[in-house]
Amino acid sequence: MGTITLAQVTKSFGDVEVIPPLDLEINDGEFVVFVGPSGCGKSTLLRLIAGLEDVTSGLIRIDGTDATALPPARRSLAMVFQSYALYPHMSVRKNIGFPLKMAGMNAAEADKRINAAAKVLNLTDYLDRRPGQLSGGQRQRVAIGRAIVREPSAFLFDEPLSNLDAALRVNMRLEISELHQTLKTTMVYVTHDQVEAMTMADKIVVLHAGVIEQVGSPLELYNKPRNKFVAGFIGSPKMNFLQGAPAAEHNAHSIGIRPEHLTLSVDDGAWPGTVGVAEHLGSDTFLHVDSGAHGILNIRTSGEVDLHHGDKVFLTPDPARLHRFDASGLTL
Amino acid sequence: MVTAHSRTAARLMISPAVVLLLGWMIIPLSMTIYFSFLRYNLLSPGMEEWAGLTNYRYFLTDPAFFAALTNTLLLVGGVLLITVVGGTALAVLLDQPMWGQGIVRILVIAPFFVMPTVSALVWKNMFMNPVNGLFAHAFKAVGLQPFDFLSHAPLMSIILIVSWQWLPFATLILLTAMQSLDQEQQEAAEMDGAGVLSRFIYLTIPHLTRAITVVILIQTIFLLSVFAEILVTTNGGPGTASTNLTYLVYAQSLLQFDVGGGSAGGIVAVILANIVAIFLMRMIGKNLDT
Ligand SMILES: Nc1ncnc2c1ncn2[C@@H]1O[C@H](COP(=O)(O)OP(=O)(O)O)[C@@H](O)[C@H]1O
Ligand SMILES: [Mg+2]
Repeated sequence: MGTITLAQVTKSFGDVEVIPPLDLEINDGEFVVFVGPSGCGKSTLLRLIAGLEDVTSGLIRIDGTDATALPPARRSLAMVFQSYALYPHMSVRKNIGFPLKMAGMNAAEADKRINAAAKVLNLTDYLDRRPGQLSGGQRQRVAIGRAIVREPSAFLFDEPLSNLDAALRVNMRLEISELHQTLKTTMVYVTHDQVEAMTMADKIVVLHAGVIEQVGSPLELYNKPRNKFVAGFIGSPKMNFLQGAPAAEHNAHSIGIRPEHLTLSVDDGAWPGTVGVAEHLGSDTFLHVDSGAHGILNIRTSGEVDLHHGDKVFLTPDPARLHRFDASGLTL
Repeated sequence: MVTAHSRTAARLMISPAVVLLLGWMIIPLSMTIYFSFLRYNLLSPGMEEWAGLTNYRYFLTDPAFFAALTNTLLLVGGVLLITVVGGTALAVLLDQPMWGQGIVRILVIAPFFVMPTVSALVWKNMFMNPVNGLFAHAFKAVGLQPFDFLSHAPLMSIILIVSWQWLPFATLILLTAMQSLDQEQQEAAEMDGAGVLSRFIYLTIPHLTRAITVVILIQTIFLLSVFAEILVTTNGGPGTASTNLTYLVYAQSLLQFDVGGGSAGGIVAVILANIVAIFLMRMIGKNLDT
């Protein structure tokens, strides 16, 4: 079991309200990602669930029972920290076994669980090393190992991959997703990286200044963003926003169109422009086009285009993929 | 890059410092060794003659020597115990967020700035004096006979005084170490179900071992040569009850004017200090690796 319910939860540090009243439902077995810009309160929210911070008001229910006042150890949640937070003077084996030792589990059973976890995480050869003798990715796996041996009802991850280099990050992302497939335990994952959110989540919670902007599956957020913030935050490269005449054409205050939903042509189209920077990725080409009154527009096109700085082009939006927003930024 | 050339240059450049330091150490040391083989008494100047190992034989067979040796070890051990345990406790307390933290920390460190002679005199006259001392008053207030610390428990009293002086040092070093304790580690342990006591045993203490090692090593060096506190309080007495090696050497050479005997004692003290140092490095020095 691993359902978590937040009801009207708020959190203030002194006079500053970091989380205004917030409701959220996390279902059993779900992979939920909290995503949002830095400082929007993702970590705070996760720490409230973990019990490392006290809520200012509101209720937290875990598996249906009120856990608002429970100390962290009694919530049967396990957390993986950004800095890994391994115990530097203990071997990997002792690190992973620490929660079991604290729970007073007998040595044989604990050893069995440690070995099982080490096998899942490819750590068997490193059990006698200290954390200081491991690479970043291995340390991260030890931290995850320490979480899984407890067999918690949910895992909490706070930006676990942000200290890793790009290639390793992609690998660990896969490993964590696979771990979720194997364990089928609820996972709550915090990141500021929308790519991580999109690739890993069953359900994404977009946060902005402590407020939930939208909750939904990755494709729901991509196809039907509830407002301009979500539209701009989800998707890479970012959605283009236009105001004025082109928006008025569609009876909106502003319109948004994703870079991949603009068609490029050299001789005819809706919006003329001049190519600025062209980023050739091989599979794709990202073009920054200066379209005068409409500002700089991003276009994603095939890897084969042969366009360079200063070339004249025309852009045409796919009308079915156009997003319309009202003056307050809500989707029409 | 370290090339053969730069290594030679480096050696050349540090050599003056090395030569100076060696001279600084070796000249007094060799003179002491030389004196220790002479019959050399200040009361009969100009009568120095070669005495072989006589001085050593006298010093080592003197019953005062074993008393002094035991006292030295008790003094060092006792003070280390009190300062490390007390220092850890104080560091834990001072690490808690509290009102007036800055002032409290300065106050805790204050005893370290008081000169040993002064603090020993303050303890002797204001606290431990059997008639006027604060402790005497306190004993009387609860209807007990005042206890004459310095004559009935002289070594214990000196351990107390020296501990009071060194407690701030230990506290300061351990507090600094405590502040570098990783917050997320504590939280991780909290989530892992470790209570306050478990976190102290499994996280704080291991984190502090290196700082504790430093405290023990540095304090041992200074505690082996405690002198002023003994001179101004008990004069090594009653009998030899509070005489340590340093004080015995002093008594030998300057109270009995026997420079030869004193030098022999000094050399014995140096050898013993080295034995203690090797022993310590063996036992806890490995904590300093990496
Ligand atoms: N212990 C604290 N005391 C005061 N303010 C805090 C504390 N922790 C976080 N904050 C504030 O709360 C806001 C959200 O922080 P955080 O949850 O860490 O953001 P995120 O993880 O999304 O980057 C920030 O503005 C931060 O300054
Ligand atoms: Mg954060």
